[in-house]
Amino acid sequence: MTATLEVKPAAAAPKRRSLRRFERYSQIGATVVLLGILLGVGAKLYPNFLSGQAIMDLFSKNSFLIALAVGMTFVILSGGIDLSVGAVMALGSVVAATLLQQGWPAYLVIPVVLIVGMSMGLLVGLMIHRFNIQPFIASLAAMFLARGLCLVVTDRSIAIEDPFFKTMNLAHINLWESTTVNLRGKVRISQVYTTPAVLIALAVLVIAFIVLHYTRFGRTVYALGGGESSANLMGLAAGRTKVGVYVISGLCAGLAGLLFSFYTASADPVAGIGYELNAIAAVVIGGTLLVGGSGYVLGSLLGVLTLATIYAYKEFDGDLNTGWTRIMIGVLVLFFIVLQRVLVARRK
Amino acid sequence: MRKLASHRLVWPAGVLLALLVANFLWNRNFFNVTILNGNLFGAPIDILRRAAPVVLVALGMTLVIATRGIDLSVGAVAAISGSWASMYIINSGDRTSVKVVLTAVGVALLIALVAGAWNGFLVSVLGIQPIVATLVLMVAGRGLAQVITNEKILYPDNTPAYKLIGGGYWLAVPFSILLAGAIFGLTALLTRRTALGTLIEAVGVNPEASRLAGVRSRSITWIVYIFAGLCAGIAGLMLTSNSTSADPNSIGLFIELDAILAVVIGGTSLAGGRFSLAGTLIGAFIIETMDTFVVIAISARSTDVFKACVVIVVCLIQSPEARAWVATLFRGGKTRPPVVMAAVTTTAAPVSASAAELTDIAGRVSS
Repeated sequence: MTATLEVKPAAAAPKRRSLRRFERYSQIGATVVLLGILLGVGAKLYPNFLSGQAIMDLFSKNSFLIALAVGMTFVILSGGIDLSVGAVMALGSVVAATLLQQGWPAYLVIPVVLIVGMSMGLLVGLMIHRFNIQPFIASLAAMFLARGLCLVVTDRSIAIEDPFFKTMNLAHINLWESTTVNLRGKVRISQVYTTPAVLIALAVLVIAFIVLHYTRFGRTVYALGGGESSANLMGLAAGRTKVGVYVISGLCAGLAGLLFSFYTASADPVAGIGYELNAIAAVVIGGTLLVGGSGYVLGSLLGVLTLATIYAYKEFDGDLNTGWTRIMIGVLVLFFIVLQRVLVARRK
Repeated sequence: MRKLASHRLVWPAGVLLALLVANFLWNRNFFNVTILNGNLFGAPIDILRRAAPVVLVALGMTLVIATRGIDLSVGAVAAISGSWASMYIINSGDRTSVKVVLTAVGVALLIALVAGAWNGFLVSVLGIQPIVATLVLMVAGRGLAQVITNEKILYPDNTPAYKLIGGGYWLAVPFSILLAGAIFGLTALLTRRTALGTLIEAVGVNPEASRLAGVRSRSITWIVYIFAGLCAGIAGLMLTSNSTSADPNSIGLFIELDAILAVVIGGTSLAGGRFSLAGTLIGAFIIETMDTFVVIAISARSTDVFKACVVIVVCLIQSPEARAWVATLFRGGKTRPPVVMAAVTTTAAPVSASAAELTDIAGRVSS
């Protein structure tokens, strides 16, 4: 009798562990399945939706969003939120364009832009950590500030003529040759290419992955999201990490500004309105819990690709109302939030 | 006198007064109100009229924030209701018919109500954080508005009946001011003369405790989000009826931020609980007066920077840590450590003590 009693929990334990593992990866699994479905439906509806170049365009048209989402992942993992990233991105590109216009060389402009982004992040971080202001409201103030500074610097869009930025705008890195068949049955052989901006964004992603999973700082970020007071009691540098997370987000936003000006070869003070929402949506769709403490930065890449696929629908079908892409993003965010809610409720 | 100074509306009211004086110093005709064709005109009237939609949205936002929530979707809801009403009036055969306008307004408000109820459902029934729950509609709502208008900017050539809501006059006063004032008065009456206000505050202070005390916190939460949606809907109607074009992308853009700002300036804490409708009203007036001042005195381009500075200063004034920090600065920076540091050291002390005990025990065991 006792033997059977002892056996039962022992048998149940591995099952529960596998269930927990299932729960752990189920969100990211849902994202992968979703992305697959979106790509599949696109391929069914539009010819060449899955051609090599179209897939590569998902990356190259959203390189700045990858950078924003990476920064946002740090913030959300730590249990915060940063609404200023879209405005800081615009500020970065506006500062870059203005300085270049005044004859500054690119190798000076790039660090300046990154420092501008980092200082905006530092401002948010200090307001949150030092003065205990809610992340939402502190980053909102930074958003107003950055957007306002953009308009103070310039109230119209500026074209960038700098040779380095031009090169980054036009450069193609050829990957492989592909053959596509158009509607009339004509076979075309073309090079599938990507842009340097994509490589930079992916490098940022890899660095973020390493920092989050293999450094003390990264572990502290997860611990902060799990609970700030417990992180403090464990003797972790919670305060420094909390500020650091926002500095990283600001840095990523500044970098996104650079990538954006590479992509458009111009700077616009009203660019990137609402991009903070896209970045948050990408992180949520990528399976990071909005309460913090759980999630993967690689998931955020999947989130960005999901958004990119939805935008690609609009590009492949000119008649599609832009409203539907927004509604779709809203519905996806809702789906993942409810999924999170169910998973968290079951864990408790 | 001391009682007056400690009243929590003194600070916002003082700021508003200072802004009005600054405006007057810059433009001596600032307070001149003239009567033209039997209607009131002048800078103060303009400020009041521009403030009307913000006051409405902020009114709903105050109650939502009092329950420890936030509603980011109000701008999108305003866009939906405004563009639906414009679209309906444009598509109807007879634009001048009062019946058409009434139907348009009625249905638009119903849509806003449903939107608010949706937010309330996500927050109170599914228990999703308010920021996140309302983010969904903030993203999708503008999409809905675009779908409604077929992604076009509408030029509604408003009939007098519809124009009345946001741009018309009634008894020599702009109708929007009267409307916003009436809704404000009604809300103040409902929350302060009945138990509703206290119940809302109770939910904001501690939802669980108030539920145990017999407050229907779920329905209260639901009601405030519906109210916020309705207010946003009316604001959307005002905004579209007073303009010659209706672009779903720009109706009520950032109005949620202005509204939150008005609430925070008015002294309602984002942590929920006690709220002040009069404070919100003053907050909304501060925002509009400041905009006017910055536009005439400095430049239209720097309004956002000013707004940002005001948000930061107001937040710092409300934060006890910042006040303690400023106090130490004035005392020479060494007399009293900030509150935060004290808290950290007290929590750290037992840990280090137990660590010392552990090493002590370990030492004894090994010896």
